[in-house]
Amino acid sequence: MAKTRSSNALLQGAAIVLAVLLTTLVLLAAKAPPFAAYANIVLGAVGSWDVAANVLVSWVPLLLVTAGLLITFTAGLWNIGIEGQITLGAIFTTWMLRGLQASGLDPSLIISMSILAGMAGGALWALLAGALKTFGGVNEIFGGLGLNFVASALNLWLIFGPWKRPGVASMSGTVPFAPSLWLPTLTEQSRLSPSALVIALLAIVLVYLLLKGTYFGLRLKAVGKNPNSAYLLGVPTWQHMMISFALCGIFAGLAGAVQVTSVYHRLIPSISSGYGYLGLMVAMLAGFNAAVAAPVALFFAALNVGSIQLPIVLRQDSSLAGVLQGTLVLFVLLMQGVRERLAGKGLPQ
Amino acid sequence: MQIELRDIRKTFGSVRANAGISLLIPPASIQGILGENGAGKSTLMKILSGFILPDSGDIIMDGSRVVIHSPADAIRRGVGMLHQDPLDFPPLKILDDFILGRRGAVFPDRRKAAREFRQLAAQFDFDLDSEAYVDTLTVGERQQLEILRLLWFGAGVLILDEPTTGISQPQKEKLFATLRKLADQGMTIIFVSHKLEDVELLCSRVAVFRQGELVGSAEPPYETKSLVRMMFSRDLAFTGRTSVPPGGPILSLRGVSLEALRLQIRDVSFEARAGEVIGLAGMEGSGQSVLLSACAGLAQPVSGRVRLGENDVTGLSYHAFMKRGVAYLPAARLEQGLVAGLSLADHFILSEGVGGIFIDRGRAQDLASDRIRTYNIKGAPSHQVESLSGGNQQRMLLALLKESLSLILLEHPTRGLDIESTLYIWSKLRERCAQGAAIVFISADLDEVLQYSDRVLVFFSGRVSPPLPAEGLSVEKLGGLIGGKGWDVLASAAVAHG
Ligand SMILES: Nc1ncnc2c1ncn2[C@@H]1O[C@H](COP(=O)(O)OP(=O)(O)O)[C@@H](O)[C@H]1O
Ligand SMILES: [Mg+2]
Repeated sequence: MAKTRSSNALLQGAAIVLAVLLTTLVLLAAKAPPFAAYANIVLGAVGSWDVAANVLVSWVPLLLVTAGLLITFTAGLWNIGIEGQITLGAIFTTWMLRGLQASGLDPSLIISMSILAGMAGGALWALLAGALKTFGGVNEIFGGLGLNFVASALNLWLIFGPWKRPGVASMSGTVPFAPSLWLPTLTEQSRLSPSALVIALLAIVLVYLLLKGTYFGLRLKAVGKNPNSAYLLGVPTWQHMMISFALCGIFAGLAGAVQVTSVYHRLIPSISSGYGYLGLMVAMLAGFNAAVAAPVALFFAALNVGSIQLPIVLRQDSSLAGVLQGTLVLFVLLMQGVRERLAGKGLPQ
Repeated sequence: MQIELRDIRKTFGSVRANAGISLLIPPASIQGILGENGAGKSTLMKILSGFILPDSGDIIMDGSRVVIHSPADAIRRGVGMLHQDPLDFPPLKILDDFILGRRGAVFPDRRKAAREFRQLAAQFDFDLDSEAYVDTLTVGERQQLEILRLLWFGAGVLILDEPTTGISQPQKEKLFATLRKLADQGMTIIFVSHKLEDVELLCSRVAVFRQGELVGSAEPPYETKSLVRMMFSRDLAFTGRTSVPPGGPILSLRGVSLEALRLQIRDVSFEARAGEVIGLAGMEGSGQSVLLSACAGLAQPVSGRVRLGENDVTGLSYHAFMKRGVAYLPAARLEQGLVAGLSLADHFILSEGVGGIFIDRGRAQDLASDRIRTYNIKGAPSHQVESLSGGNQQRMLLALLKESLSLILLEHPTRGLDIESTLYIWSKLRERCAQGAAIVFISADLDEVLQYSDRVLVFFSGRVSPPLPAEGLSVEKLGGLIGGKGWDVLASAAVAHG
């Protein structure tokens, strides 16, 4: 036991070293000084209170989608459609805000209702993927991918069509909402909303408890590990898959709602910002463990924010963070494969 | 081609699939390989056709020792095999499938291939359209296609593993005619089957396998009785049935017809009464599993009614059956019954289905320890189920059964278990019967069927016998029925009774 644990740590360490090594090679190939680049990322993420706050701003949606994805992963589902679910959440939130902004209702009520609408939107989109799988036999990966395209097309159509800015439609999105309809932020300039941060932290704790301590979580786990056996043990299998889709959609929709109400204050074309795919990587890297997912998500958020300065300072593309994140996940998964091979199971025939 | 096998050995884990097989197969003959499921027939054939390597032993072809590394290697040496489970055919045109795997040019000469295909097909009177798609073919036609392909590749040895399962009678006759013709032309044919009739009809010699060993051989004229004895004979240890007089009907099937992948079951009617044990006997894939699934609501009959007690439950789901006191224990314990990755305690929590939101871990722990003790499982509540041995996994499945059950359906309840576990499991099942449950079980072990059943349903290629009282059955008679012998007597007896 002790031996396997230490060898596990060794393999995980090797994965990180390899990922950094590969990213360094990419940097060298791009004729950039690797050390300066890394230093720049670190500074960009923790160099000042402002950038640190930005890391938290980025952490919120990532944490939310990761929380949702942990539920679908537990049910054995690859909810690739998460991007579309975030987008639908943002669309529904915008729709509710637009509808109520002139109603004279209390702003906090309007914001709450908009966020609820966003959650409903995400859930709806997720249930669509679930229904395609359950009743149409469409693998959730393909269904999700298709729905992602539909969601972003719908989003663009709204921005350039019915919801376009008076005068000229633009990639910069819809008309910003009045500041009274923004989720309150820490300071006036900051985009960090303490309430959003609290919601995200609550979400991950909730999911942790749900998966760890409830009957529902255990049944979900059984469905994910072996739907046949779970069914024979009396677990209503497809119903659990649908519920897990819906729950994940709610969290994704919440992420979309947060982006609209506290970060952009309007609907923009790339409202999901790739947080869905990033969340998939976080969940995998965290070994589908909620407790590990929170710090990993924070690390990924820091990489994202930290690399924003790269184009300005080093004339390097900020996608460097993506390279590092991607290779990290690949190597960690690779090391898991190696470990299983060493343990003598999962050998390819 | 002459093939000689010398002391071939192959083990899978603790299973000795081939325990030193030596066999000489002369050219231009049809060699039958007979044996019940799990006897090791397919394993030997896979070794001969390069799908698996033996642990030890020699293969000698026309006097020279060869090592066959891969199926492609086997084909090169002229050995072609038709598999028991036709490998999944891609949705290709017949001609493309025919050409597939042929060595040589990157761009096959389709016209030449089509011509040769037609000539070959005509030679054996196969009615195959080279432009049709493979997935529209019946099992029998796929087989014909596969034979043509192997011949075209130049096979001199043709291995057929259970080729008569799932094909129609005319197709079977055509197959046999083809094989005889090929043998006359000098080809060596190895015909693997568990069907006595087929082997007796076709083969010029028969080798009988039992539990990984070659236990005997025979040449025509065959004596069915001695073949059956070779296939099944074991030291019999009857402990006598202690059956309680059966009560009211728990499960009743009326005119149930079922359709499965390669099988149709027509018009089955029987009743399982409280306290009764009904055994389903037959070679694997003869229809028992489908029927048992239908008794559980896991397969839906195409016609007929299923009743539980007074209620008609035809068409309801397994979960609806469960609510009415039915439990189904599958043969594949880790694939269908237990969830690998979850602990023993988790399983008890799942199957108890207690209400509330949060799991009461303390109570779950107590429940698990309690059941583990009662069912004598070697494992702790926190252990993962996959760490249990086979016998303990089976005990685990039993331990997961609810307190009050009216019908227990089991697939191979003691397969692969040691004597002690087997006896223990049956003692537990007997307790359930004494409490008024009915049991229906499938077993490939004839002794087990005869020893524990009150009545037996015999299956052969989708045919189902009426319930036969186990007392009037012997291993020979049951073995004959399973191999397709003695059904005419059965039918006339049924007519006489009716
Ligand atoms: N790939 C395998 N892994 C583990 N066990 C196997 C494998 N193939 C066959 N066996 C076991 O070896 C024994 C003989 O199987 P097989 O040769 O298929 O028998 P037959 O064809 O006579 O029914 C059986 O107990 C079977 O479970
Ligand atoms: Mg076989």
